[in-house]
Amino acid sequence: MKLHLRVWRQKGREAEGQFETYEAKGLNPNMSFLEMMDVVNDELTKEGKEPVAFEHDCREGICGSCAMVINGEPHGPNKGATTCQVYLRSFQDGETLTVEPWRARAFPVLKDLVTDRSAFDKVIQAGGFVSVNTGQAPDANAMPIGKEDAEKAFDAAHCIGCGACVAACRNGSAMLFVAAKVSHLGMLPQGQPERGERVRKMVAAMDAAGFGNCSNQYACEAVCPKEISADWIGRMNRDYAVSAVKKL
Amino acid sequence: MKLDPRIPGGPLADKWTKFKTNVPLVTPANKRKYEVIVVGTGLAGASAAASLAELGYRVKSFCFQDSPRRAHSIAAQGGINAAKNYQNDGDSVKRLFHDTIKGGDFRSREANVYRLAEVSVNIIDQCVAQGVPFAREYGGMLANRSFGGAQVSRTFYARGATGQQLLLGAYQALSRQIGLGRVRMFPRHEMLDLVLDEGRAQGIITRNLVTGELTAHEADAVLLCTGGYGNAYYLSTYARGSNVTASWRAHRRGALFSNPCFTQIHPTCIPVSGEYQSKLTLMSESLRNDGRCWVPKSAGEKRSAAQIPEGERDYFLERLYPSYGNLAPRDIASRAAKRVCDEGRGVGPSGLGVYLDFSEAIGRLGESTVKERYANLFSMYHEITGESAYESPMRIFPAVHYTMGGLWVDYHLMSNIPGLFVLGEANFSDHGANRLGASALMQGLADGYFVLPYTIGDYLSKQKPGGKKTNRQAEAFWQATETVQARTKKLLGIRGTKPVSDFHRRLGKILWDQCGMSRTKKGLEQGVEEIRGLRQEFWENVNVPGSGEDLNQSLEKAGRVSDFLELGELMCRDALERDESCGCHFREDHQTAEGECERRDEKFSHVSAWEFQGEGKAEVRHAEPLSFEEVQLATRSYK
Ligand SMILES: Cc1cc2nc3c(=O)[nH]c(=O)nc-3n(C[C@H](O)[C@H](O)[C@H](O)COP(=O)(O)OP(=O)(O)OC[C@H]3O[C@@H](n4cnc5c(N)ncnc54)[C@H](O)[C@@H]3O)c2cc1C
Ligand code: SF4
Ligand code: FES
Repeated sequence: MKLHLRVWRQKGREAEGQFETYEAKGLNPNMSFLEMMDVVNDELTKEGKEPVAFEHDCREGICGSCAMVINGEPHGPNKGATTCQVYLRSFQDGETLTVEPWRARAFPVLKDLVTDRSAFDKVIQAGGFVSVNTGQAPDANAMPIGKEDAEKAFDAAHCIGCGACVAACRNGSAMLFVAAKVSHLGMLPQGQPERGERVRKMVAAMDAAGFGNCSNQYACEAVCPKEISADWIGRMNRDYAVSAVKKL
Repeated sequence: MKLDPRIPGGPLADKWTKFKTNVPLVTPANKRKYEVIVVGTGLAGASAAASLAELGYRVKSFCFQDSPRRAHSIAAQGGINAAKNYQNDGDSVKRLFHDTIKGGDFRSREANVYRLAEVSVNIIDQCVAQGVPFAREYGGMLANRSFGGAQVSRTFYARGATGQQLLLGAYQALSRQIGLGRVRMFPRHEMLDLVLDEGRAQGIITRNLVTGELTAHEADAVLLCTGGYGNAYYLSTYARGSNVTASWRAHRRGALFSNPCFTQIHPTCIPVSGEYQSKLTLMSESLRNDGRCWVPKSAGEKRSAAQIPEGERDYFLERLYPSYGNLAPRDIASRAAKRVCDEGRGVGPSGLGVYLDFSEAIGRLGESTVKERYANLFSMYHEITGESAYESPMRIFPAVHYTMGGLWVDYHLMSNIPGLFVLGEANFSDHGANRLGASALMQGLADGYFVLPYTIGDYLSKQKPGGKKTNRQAEAFWQATETVQARTKKLLGIRGTKPVSDFHRRLGKILWDQCGMSRTKKGLEQGVEEIRGLRQEFWENVNVPGSGEDLNQSLEKAGRVSDFLELGELMCRDALERDESCGCHFREDHQTAEGECERRDEKFSHVSAWEFQGEGKAEVRHAEPLSFEEVQLATRSYK
């Protein structure tokens, strides 16, 4: 099988980028999308050209490194999957695919398909944790947590920090990412003491990092590879409102 | 060279308590004056960096990914062991200790393993306090599952993403310290050399992976928490970026490398499907709680799984190891799978696969329960293969998964270079010749949260903190920077005809064939020769495009593969010199009548520790004898 690729190439952060076209030939439908990119890159190398820079590590949908917009869709066509979990069997032989980096104000492009997502780390540093030092913990079973609550907390905690939600949002908002962490910790007894402070600090950091506002379109939920629910955004808004009132 | 493991005296069960009571302390006011470098932000590195900063040390933390949260630990699936005995099924610190020593085929240090089992219970407490959403029972208590090599249920888990949840816990603790200004974080930085002064670790040289800038970082101690080297085999379950560079460059500066041939081949991975393949995907060991491994009884079977009647199936693990059944340890299960495939009874297009069948479990528990336990693994399997494991059995085959070998460390987790500590998968210490499932996460967090924060005090309390660099030290940093620059220049200057991946794939094939699940003297000798040839070809004909002054992923890969090409030879030599079989290391000439490992305790009850001698010179092998006070050396049996 073969595919025509239009790939975004950009030399550096300040450089102007443009699309370049490549023919990917001799492909197998069982190849992953990134394995195809490996083949393209080896060909470019053999031709003495610079390969396409793209981010990847685990190649099994959990590290959150991979990040490509394929034909306008962050992480490509498969629901609940990351870019590295897209296989060529999802495309037609001979199809043309446009491959771009995340595009969002808070995620500047560093090179080709690689962007700077450190804004996410800043949001977590502002309050996305429980303040407990090593050695201070009581016995793990001292505090029972209902099975359903634990499962719900896991659903929110499963976010991989990939940033597809931001890339999908017209406003470049990080609400889904932030709401997932606020809800994970805010739902558990361990997270209660800092619940109000946490949401205030994280939202402030999110605004400072240049993420846009949420206008309730939920494009984020549709592309999220871990199917994080947009309901968490409502929950975070309530937490935020309560905490803001308490603060007054 | 005499290797002193510095194991405290006294009865095994009291050693750690005694150590903690007597270890010299650094006063809170003085802690601020010490700076510690932590390379790596996986479970070992993130937990160590956070804990040290909480204690008041100044910390610099490094990782090559764009965020510390993406370290390879994130991908661990199945679970983490701890001797909590919450199930009241007879577990104890002593039992976990015993299982681990036996699982490792008696090639690990008793004192380290006992301490690991001891602190395992604190890990679970700490993680729960951080908000890690472990699986729970309806009554609100923590749930457990069973893993290989154990007859109790002591594995804690968070669906199929235990590593992710534990790492996010540690990452959040680390983030808190970054926010407080106590840790300075350097993501997208790769350590390319270790700097010594008068034989002590003084700092590291890093390359900024975005700008290419080389920087010298000084510190009072350096911690390597840089993970395992299984990617030497090219195809493995590791993340693509996992590498040996940090450990290897330290090795070139004098740190001893122990047991490099001890590599774990995990029985349950999705089989290779083609030449283009870039990685192998693990199907967690937890699946063997309910999945049954089988192959057809006769060779050359052409029928599909469903068409093969019960009586013509060989549930080979249950047949061979009735008391552990499908939960036999990894090395044993992998070899059994290889053997049935060698007999021509393998399944799937390549014949390199066995079935992992859930139909009995679905019948017994109902599809919804099986779904609740394993849904994400089943959907991963479906995504990759296009097949549903609810309808037909999975096809699995062994793949490289973990490395028990690593830099030599003593009881303090310090290498033979004073001031250089090694934590997590990067050290050799706790798993002997085979690691039991769910024990790597335990070890990484034990090292980082509970061991190193104590042991480092012993070293630092005897050092004067930082201060101004002497001319001699400045010279050492300058010289190391030069070395790194020269290597980068050399790689970029070759402009040969073959991409890095070509060499990596070929190295992987040699290692898999000669230093994989079964090894022979002849094969290993051939491996050494082939790797030498390949290494020479690499330095003559690799093509690394681009420059050293910006983001250049080809250059990053080339540097890592150049180190694998040196390590690969040492792996073969280590396997060659260890003229016995033990755990993962199966020498065909040393097997029992039943085809199991035959150890030679009188000659090889020791840890190998290799010393670098300089470019192109043969490394020298040292040994640390292992003495067993508590356990009886015995032939491992899981029958
Ligand atoms: C698919 C899979 C599933 C697994 N499941 C389980 C399980 O269920 N239970 C279990 O106990 N174990 C499991 N393991 C094993 C376990 O995940 C690892 O052994 C463990 O996470 C290693 O942790 P670590 O902190 O030592 O290193 P890693 O998590 O590998 O972290 C290495 C760190 O070092 C950094 N680094 C490396 N080199 C450099 C350099 N030169 N410069 C700068 N930074 C560098 C990286 O950026 C990274 O931050 C699994 C392994 C795999 C592959
Ligand atoms: S919420 Fe979903 S899309 Fe957004 S960062 Fe998390 S996993 Fe990615
Ligand atoms: S490479 Fe890790 S999620 Fe895709």
